Amino acid sequence: MSFSIEQFSATRRLVLQGAGTVVLMSLGNLVAPPALAAANDNYPEEAFKQKADKDAIQALYGRTAEASDKVKLDAPEIAENGAVVPIAVTTTLENVTSISFLVSGNPNALAASYAIPSGTLPSVSNRLKMQQTSNVIAIVEAGGKLYSATKEVKVTVGGCGG
Amino acid sequence: MASTIRVRAIANGDTTEVQALIQHPMDSGFVKDAQGQLIPAHFIQQLTFEHNGKGVFIADWGPAVAKDPYVKFAFKGAAKGDELKISWVDNKGASDSTRAKIQ
Repeated sequence: MSFSIEQFSATRRLVLQGAGTVVLMSLGNLVAPPALAAANDNYPEEAFKQKADKDAIQALYGRTAEASDKVKLDAPEIAENGAVVPIAVTTTLENVTSISFLVSGNPNALAASYAIPSGTLPSVSNRLKMQQTSNVIAIVEAGGKLYSATKEVKVTVGGCGG
Repeated sequence: MASTIRVRAIANGDTTEVQALIQHPMDSGFVKDAQGQLIPAHFIQQLTFEHNGKGVFIADWGPAVAKDPYVKFAFKGAAKGDELKISWVDNKGASDSTRAKIQ
């Protein structure tokens, strides 16, 4: 059994080409586009892109929130530095699954969203950027419904670099 | 390499209070540098806290979270000496993680 040199080379070339294509195709599947950030499953990209707070809430939760005095939003009357505004929320509501913060006057209203698994207290403190005087809105998802608290925070020096 | 994550977790009975401070520019993408060029957005997108392999707090962040972000929360079911795992991923695909003992 013998192959001519030409036949062998052609076959070898075909096999290598085929193998190369398979490798390239599988590599293509492995390399995720940087923008996707595949490690962030469930990252609410669309919600963060919304400009208005109502649209961000809709994109995040698919429904609207009702104001509730059971949501206690802690925010300063006046933020000396819009780049670092301490905001906290706590609630007496039960079965809380999510807490989010929005800043109406920011270019994109949604600032942060937190998943509260069972066993975690419905309480979050964080620091946000505020571009200008505007409302800060805390959203609490509890028992499948949405509740909110709103507070206006005056900003003297904006958090977007003035 | 030192971690970008500094965390303090203190158990008070069944409740553990966690405070974390992370070194990160959290650039919003709206700010211009001295030359008038926009500094590209560079911010942590997801921050996860795990105890015994279970997520106890997951933060989805946008660029409006302040630079060198700080966060505080509390959860039940852990005890002094338990380990907490904290990790983050940012919009450029960079990440960091650390483990801390609950005090």
